[in-house]
Amino acid sequence: MHIPDGYLGPQTYGVMYGAMVPLWALASRIVRRTLQQRHVPFMALGAAFVFVIMMFNIPIPGGSTGHAVGGVLIAILIGPWAALIAISIALVIQSFLFGDGGVTAIAANCFNMAFIMPMTGYWSYRLIGGRAPATSRRRWIAAAIGGYIGLNVAAVTTAVMFGLQPLLARGADGRPLYFPYPLEIAIPVMALQHLLLFGIIEAVITALLVIYFQRTEPSLLEIGEGKR
Amino acid sequence: MKPTRRLWWGLILLILLSPLGLIVPELFKSGPAWGEWRLEEIEKMIGFVPEGLKKWVDLWSAPLPEYHFGGWEKKGLFHSSLGYILSGLLGVGMVVLVTLLLGKWMRRKDPPAKGS
Repeated sequence: MHIPDGYLGPQTYGVMYGAMVPLWALASRIVRRTLQQRHVPFMALGAAFVFVIMMFNIPIPGGSTGHAVGGVLIAILIGPWAALIAISIALVIQSFLFGDGGVTAIAANCFNMAFIMPMTGYWSYRLIGGRAPATSRRRWIAAAIGGYIGLNVAAVTTAVMFGLQPLLARGADGRPLYFPYPLEIAIPVMALQHLLLFGIIEAVITALLVIYFQRTEPSLLEIGEGKR
Repeated sequence: MKPTRRLWWGLILLILLSPLGLIVPELFKSGPAWGEWRLEEIEKMIGFVPEGLKKWVDLWSAPLPEYHFGGWEKKGLFHSSLGYILSGLLGVGMVVLVTLLLGKWMRRKDPPAKGS
Protein backbone atom coordinates (compact mmCIF):
# COMPACT_ATOMS: atom_id res chain seq x y z
CA MET A 1 0.00 0.00 0.00
CA HIS A 2 3.11 2.22 -0.05
CA ILE A 3 2.73 4.26 -3.23
CA PRO A 4 6.18 4.82 -4.80
CA ASP A 5 7.44 7.97 -6.54
CA GLY A 6 6.24 8.33 -10.12
CA TYR A 7 2.99 6.44 -9.62
CA LEU A 8 0.92 9.55 -8.82
CA GLY A 9 0.96 12.75 -10.84
CA PRO A 10 1.69 16.10 -9.16
CA GLN A 11 -2.01 17.07 -9.06
CA THR A 12 -2.74 14.05 -6.91
CA TYR A 13 0.22 14.08 -4.54
CA GLY A 14 0.00 17.88 -4.32
CA VAL A 15 -3.62 17.69 -3.23
CA MET A 16 -2.69 15.04 -0.68
CA TYR A 17 -0.02 17.31 0.83
CA GLY A 18 -2.68 20.01 0.89
CA ALA A 19 -4.95 17.67 2.83
CA MET A 20 -2.34 16.25 5.20
CA VAL A 21 -0.67 19.48 6.38
CA PRO A 22 -3.81 20.71 8.16
CA LEU A 23 -4.53 17.17 9.42
CA TRP A 24 -1.01 16.89 10.87
CA ALA A 25 -1.45 20.33 12.48
CA LEU A 26 -4.85 19.41 13.92
CA ALA A 27 -3.56 16.07 15.20
CA SER A 28 -0.63 17.70 16.96
CA ARG A 29 -2.95 20.26 18.55
CA ILE A 30 -5.29 17.58 19.82
CA VAL A 31 -2.44 15.40 21.01
CA ARG A 32 -0.77 18.35 22.74
CA ARG A 33 -3.95 18.94 24.68
CA THR A 34 -4.50 15.34 25.71
CA LEU A 35 -1.16 13.53 25.75
CA GLN A 36 0.27 12.84 29.15
CA GLN A 37 3.93 12.31 29.82
CA ARG A 38 3.49 8.68 30.78
CA HIS A 39 1.73 7.99 27.48
CA VAL A 40 4.66 9.10 25.32
CA PRO A 41 6.45 5.70 25.49
CA PHE A 42 3.24 4.01 24.29
CA MET A 43 3.17 6.31 21.31
CA ALA A 44 6.78 5.36 20.51
CA LEU A 45 5.96 1.67 20.97
CA GLY A 46 2.95 2.05 18.70
CA ALA A 47 4.95 3.76 15.95
CA ALA A 48 7.66 1.08 16.24
CA PHE A 49 5.08 -1.73 16.12
CA VAL A 50 3.53 -0.31 12.96
CA PHE A 51 6.98 -0.05 11.41
CA VAL A 52 7.88 -3.66 12.20
CA ILE A 53 4.54 -5.27 11.34
CA MET A 54 4.80 -3.80 7.85
CA MET A 55 8.09 -5.70 7.33
CA PHE A 56 6.14 -8.98 7.45
CA ASN A 57 5.27 -9.33 3.80
CA ILE A 58 2.46 -11.81 3.28
CA PRO A 59 2.35 -13.63 -0.05
CA ILE A 60 -0.56 -14.37 -2.31
CA PRO A 61 0.85 -17.61 -3.77
CA GLY A 62 2.22 -16.92 -7.24
CA GLY A 63 0.92 -13.37 -7.08
CA SER A 64 1.78 -10.22 -5.21
CA THR A 65 2.44 -9.53 -1.55
CA GLY A 66 0.88 -7.31 1.07
CA HIS A 67 1.04 -6.70 4.79
CA ALA A 68 -0.91 -5.74 7.86
CA VAL A 69 -0.45 -2.19 9.22
CA GLY A 70 -1.55 -2.32 12.85
CA GLY A 71 -3.05 1.13 12.41
CA VAL A 72 -6.38 0.40 14.08
CA LEU A 73 -4.77 -1.38 17.04
CA ILE A 74 -2.61 1.70 17.67
CA ALA A 75 -5.66 3.96 17.40
CA ILE A 76 -7.50 1.80 19.96
CA LEU A 77 -4.53 2.03 22.34
CA ILE A 78 -3.49 5.69 22.06
CA GLY A 79 -6.44 7.31 20.28
CA PRO A 80 -6.85 8.00 16.55
CA TRP A 81 -5.12 11.41 16.52
CA ALA A 82 -2.01 10.20 18.33
CA ALA A 83 -2.11 7.21 15.96
CA LEU A 84 -2.09 9.61 13.01
CA ILE A 85 1.17 11.12 14.28
CA ALA A 86 2.74 7.77 15.22
CA ILE A 87 1.93 6.06 11.90
CA SER A 88 3.06 9.14 9.95
CA ILE A 89 6.46 8.97 11.67
CA ALA A 90 6.83 5.29 10.70
CA LEU A 91 5.86 6.08 7.09
CA VAL A 92 8.29 9.01 6.81
CA ILE A 93 11.21 6.89 8.08
CA GLN A 94 10.21 4.03 5.76
CA SER A 95 10.22 6.38 2.81
CA PHE A 96 13.45 8.28 3.45
CA LEU A 97 15.59 5.50 4.88
CA PHE A 98 14.27 2.43 3.07
CA GLY A 99 12.61 3.76 -0.08
CA ASP A 100 9.35 2.08 0.98
CA GLY A 101 6.81 4.57 -0.34
CA GLY A 102 7.84 7.55 -2.46
CA VAL A 103 8.97 10.87 -1.04
CA THR A 104 6.44 12.72 -3.21
CA ALA A 105 3.79 10.23 -2.05
CA ILE A 106 4.43 10.59 1.70
CA ALA A 107 1.27 12.66 2.20
CA ALA A 108 -0.80 10.28 0.04
CA ASN A 109 0.49 7.28 1.99
CA CYS A 110 -0.13 9.05 5.30
CA PHE A 111 -3.64 9.95 4.17
CA ASN A 112 -4.44 6.28 3.50
CA MET A 113 -2.58 4.52 6.30
CA ALA A 114 -2.26 7.18 9.04
CA PHE A 115 -5.57 9.00 8.61
CA ILE A 116 -8.22 6.94 6.79
CA MET A 117 -7.24 3.64 8.36
CA PRO A 118 -7.07 4.56 12.06
CA MET A 119 -10.12 6.86 11.85
CA THR A 120 -12.49 4.45 10.10
CA GLY A 121 -11.20 1.48 12.11
CA TYR A 122 -11.27 3.25 15.47
CA TRP A 123 -14.78 4.66 15.05
CA SER A 124 -16.08 1.29 13.87
CA TYR A 125 -14.54 -0.20 17.02
CA ARG A 126 -16.15 2.43 19.24
CA LEU A 127 -19.52 2.09 17.52
CA ILE A 128 -19.56 -1.71 17.74
CA GLY A 129 -17.92 -1.84 21.17
CA GLY A 130 -20.49 0.57 22.56
CA ARG A 131 -20.49 0.78 26.32
CA ALA A 132 -19.23 -2.76 26.78
CA PRO A 133 -16.50 -3.00 29.45
CA ALA A 134 -12.86 -2.92 28.26
CA THR A 135 -12.41 -6.60 29.05
CA SER A 136 -15.56 -7.87 27.32
CA ARG A 137 -15.70 -10.21 24.36
CA ARG A 138 -17.66 -7.56 22.48
CA ARG A 139 -14.62 -5.27 22.61
CA TRP A 140 -12.19 -7.65 20.94
CA ILE A 141 -14.76 -8.58 18.31
CA ALA A 142 -15.23 -4.85 17.69
CA ALA A 143 -11.44 -4.51 17.41
CA ALA A 144 -11.25 -7.30 14.83
CA ILE A 145 -14.02 -5.72 12.74
CA GLY A 146 -12.39 -2.29 13.13
CA GLY A 147 -9.05 -3.64 11.91
CA TYR A 148 -10.73 -5.32 8.96
CA ILE A 149 -12.68 -2.21 7.98
CA GLY A 150 -9.72 0.16 8.49
CA LEU A 151 -7.32 -1.78 6.26
CA ASN A 152 -9.90 -2.35 3.54
CA VAL A 153 -11.05 1.27 3.37
CA ALA A 154 -7.39 2.35 3.18
CA ALA A 155 -6.80 -0.16 0.37
CA VAL A 156 -9.72 1.31 -1.55
CA THR A 157 -8.62 4.95 -1.09
CA THR A 158 -5.15 3.89 -2.30
CA ALA A 159 -6.77 2.20 -5.32
CA VAL A 160 -8.79 5.35 -6.08
CA MET A 161 -5.59 7.42 -6.11
CA PHE A 162 -4.01 4.86 -8.44
CA GLY A 163 -7.02 4.51 -10.72
CA LEU A 164 -7.52 8.26 -11.15
CA GLN A 165 -4.10 8.63 -12.80
CA PRO A 166 -5.05 7.53 -16.34
CA LEU A 167 -7.98 9.96 -16.18
CA LEU A 168 -5.83 12.86 -15.01
CA ALA A 169 -2.69 12.69 -17.14
CA ARG A 170 -1.92 11.27 -20.56
CA GLY A 171 1.00 11.93 -22.88
CA ALA A 172 0.74 13.29 -26.45
CA ASP A 173 0.33 9.70 -27.65
CA GLY A 174 -2.66 9.18 -25.35
CA ARG A 175 -0.85 6.74 -23.09
CA PRO A 176 -1.09 7.23 -19.31
CA LEU A 177 1.81 9.19 -17.82
CA TYR A 178 1.76 7.66 -14.34
CA PHE A 179 -0.05 4.67 -12.83
CA PRO A 180 -1.43 2.90 -15.91
CA TYR A 181 -4.49 0.93 -14.76
CA PRO A 182 -7.94 2.56 -14.55
CA LEU A 183 -10.30 2.60 -11.56
CA GLU A 184 -12.22 -0.43 -12.89
CA ILE A 185 -9.08 -2.53 -12.40
CA ALA A 186 -7.35 -0.85 -9.47
CA ILE A 187 -10.34 -0.89 -7.10
CA PRO A 188 -11.41 -4.54 -7.53
CA VAL A 189 -7.84 -5.86 -7.37
CA MET A 190 -6.84 -3.88 -4.28
CA ALA A 191 -10.20 -4.51 -2.59
CA LEU A 192 -10.21 -8.27 -3.23
CA GLN A 193 -6.64 -8.80 -1.99
CA HIS A 194 -7.43 -6.98 1.23
CA LEU A 195 -10.95 -8.34 1.73
CA LEU A 196 -9.84 -11.94 1.26
CA LEU A 197 -6.38 -12.04 2.84
CA PHE A 198 -4.60 -9.01 4.28
CA GLY A 199 -7.73 -7.65 6.00
CA ILE A 200 -8.30 -10.95 7.76
CA ILE A 201 -4.71 -10.98 9.01
CA GLU A 202 -5.10 -7.37 10.18
CA ALA A 203 -8.31 -8.36 12.02
CA VAL A 204 -6.63 -11.33 13.72
CA ILE A 205 -3.58 -9.31 14.83
CA THR A 206 -5.79 -6.49 16.14
CA ALA A 207 -8.05 -8.89 18.06
CA LEU A 208 -5.18 -10.97 19.50
CA LEU A 209 -3.38 -7.93 20.86
CA VAL A 210 -6.57 -6.45 22.28
CA ILE A 211 -7.21 -9.80 24.01
CA TYR A 212 -3.61 -9.72 25.30
CA PHE A 213 -4.18 -6.27 26.79
CA GLN A 214 -7.55 -7.35 28.22
CA ARG A 215 -5.82 -10.16 30.09
CA THR A 216 -2.65 -8.35 31.19
CA GLU A 217 -3.25 -4.62 31.40
CA PRO A 218 -6.87 -3.68 30.62
CA SER A 219 -6.29 -0.11 31.82
CA LEU A 220 -4.19 0.50 28.68
CA LEU A 221 -7.33 -0.02 26.60
CA GLU A 222 -8.80 3.12 28.12
CA ILE A 223 -6.00 5.55 27.24
CA GLY A 224 -7.25 5.81 23.65
CA GLU A 225 -10.67 6.91 24.82
CA GLY A 226 -9.17 9.68 26.91
CA LYS A 227 -10.38 8.12 30.17
CA ARG A 228 -6.96 7.91 31.77
CA MET B 1 7.99 -7.20 34.70
CA LYS B 2 6.47 -3.81 33.95
CA PRO B 3 3.98 -3.99 31.08
CA THR B 4 5.92 -1.53 28.94
CA ARG B 5 9.13 -3.50 29.35
CA ARG B 6 7.35 -6.68 28.25
CA LEU B 7 6.06 -4.86 25.19
CA TRP B 8 9.55 -3.65 24.25
CA TRP B 9 10.82 -7.23 24.47
CA GLY B 10 7.90 -8.34 22.30
CA LEU B 11 8.92 -5.74 19.75
CA ILE B 12 12.51 -7.00 19.70
CA LEU B 13 11.21 -10.54 19.21
CA LEU B 14 9.17 -9.31 16.23
CA ILE B 15 12.25 -7.68 14.71
CA LEU B 16 14.17 -10.96 15.07
CA LEU B 17 11.31 -12.80 13.35
CA SER B 18 10.98 -10.19 10.58
CA PRO B 19 13.04 -12.15 7.99
CA LEU B 20 9.93 -14.35 7.70
CA GLY B 21 8.51 -11.40 5.75
CA LEU B 22 11.37 -11.93 3.31
CA ILE B 23 11.53 -15.73 3.21
CA VAL B 24 7.86 -16.72 3.12
CA PRO B 25 6.97 -14.68 -0.02
CA GLU B 26 10.01 -16.24 -1.71
CA LEU B 27 8.73 -19.74 -0.87
CA PHE B 28 5.41 -18.92 -2.50
CA LYS B 29 7.11 -17.24 -5.48
CA SER B 30 5.24 -14.00 -4.86
CA GLY B 31 6.29 -10.72 -6.40
CA PRO B 32 6.10 -7.19 -5.02
CA ALA B 33 2.88 -5.59 -3.72
CA TRP B 34 0.29 -4.63 -6.31
CA GLY B 35 1.09 -1.09 -7.41
CA GLU B 36 4.74 -1.21 -6.26
CA TRP B 37 6.33 -2.77 -9.35
CA ARG B 38 9.75 -2.20 -10.84
CA LEU B 39 9.92 -0.65 -14.30
CA GLU B 40 10.71 -3.98 -16.02
CA GLU B 41 7.65 -5.54 -14.40
CA ILE B 42 5.42 -2.74 -15.65
CA GLU B 43 6.81 -3.10 -19.14
CA LYS B 44 6.09 -6.84 -19.06
CA MET B 45 2.50 -6.23 -17.90
CA ILE B 46 1.38 -3.45 -20.24
CA GLY B 47 4.04 -3.35 -22.95
CA PHE B 48 5.47 0.07 -22.13
CA VAL B 49 6.67 2.20 -19.22
CA PRO B 50 4.61 5.37 -18.66
CA GLU B 51 6.72 8.50 -19.31
CA GLY B 52 6.11 10.28 -16.03
CA LEU B 53 6.58 7.14 -14.02
CA LYS B 54 9.96 6.48 -15.64
CA LYS B 55 11.00 10.07 -14.98
CA TRP B 56 10.14 10.22 -11.27
CA VAL B 57 10.49 6.67 -9.97
CA ASP B 58 14.13 7.14 -8.94
CA LEU B 59 13.65 10.63 -7.51
CA TRP B 60 14.96 9.57 -4.13
CA SER B 61 17.70 7.02 -3.59
CA ALA B 62 17.19 5.62 -0.12
CA PRO B 63 20.33 4.55 1.79
CA LEU B 64 18.88 1.09 2.56
CA PRO B 65 16.49 0.31 -0.30
CA GLU B 66 13.84 -2.32 0.50
CA TYR B 67 15.37 -2.91 3.94
CA HIS B 68 18.49 -4.43 2.40
CA PHE B 69 21.79 -3.80 4.06
CA GLY B 70 24.85 -2.93 1.95
CA GLY B 71 24.21 -5.41 -0.86
CA TRP B 72 23.87 -8.35 1.54
CA GLU B 73 20.72 -9.46 -0.25
CA LYS B 74 22.96 -10.90 -2.98
CA LYS B 75 24.95 -13.05 -0.53
CA GLY B 76 22.27 -15.62 0.23
CA LEU B 77 19.44 -16.07 2.66
CA PHE B 78 21.47 -15.83 5.86
CA HIS B 79 23.01 -12.49 4.98
CA SER B 80 19.82 -11.03 3.55
CA SER B 81 17.94 -12.07 6.72
CA LEU B 82 20.63 -10.54 8.91
CA GLY B 83 20.46 -7.37 6.83
CA TYR B 84 16.69 -7.29 7.19
CA ILE B 85 16.99 -7.59 10.98
CA LEU B 86 19.62 -4.81 11.11
CA SER B 87 17.36 -2.62 8.94
CA GLY B 88 14.52 -3.36 11.33
CA LEU B 89 16.61 -2.42 14.37
CA LEU B 90 17.83 0.78 12.73
CA GLY B 91 14.35 1.72 11.51
CA VAL B 92 12.76 1.05 14.89
CA GLY B 93 15.52 3.03 16.58
CA MET B 94 14.86 6.02 14.33
CA VAL B 95 11.08 5.75 14.70
CA VAL B 96 11.33 5.56 18.50
CA LEU B 97 13.79 8.45 18.70
CA VAL B 98 11.66 10.74 16.51
CA THR B 99 8.47 9.81 18.36
CA LEU B 100 10.01 10.37 21.79
CA LEU B 101 11.36 13.78 20.73
CA LEU B 102 8.05 14.83 19.21
CA GLY B 103 6.16 13.39 22.16
CA LYS B 104 8.36 15.31 24.57
CA TRP B 105 7.56 18.50 22.70
CA MET B 106 3.84 17.75 22.54
CA ARG B 107 3.02 16.26 25.90
CA ARG B 108 1.01 18.16 28.43
CA LYS B 109 2.29 18.28 31.98
CA ASP B 110 0.81 15.53 34.10
CA PRO B 111 -1.58 16.83 36.75
CA PRO B 112 -0.04 16.57 40.24
CA ALA B 113 -0.80 13.29 41.96
CA LYS B 114 -3.63 13.34 44.48
CA GLY B 115 -2.64 14.28 48.00
CA SER B 116 0.63 16.00 47.03
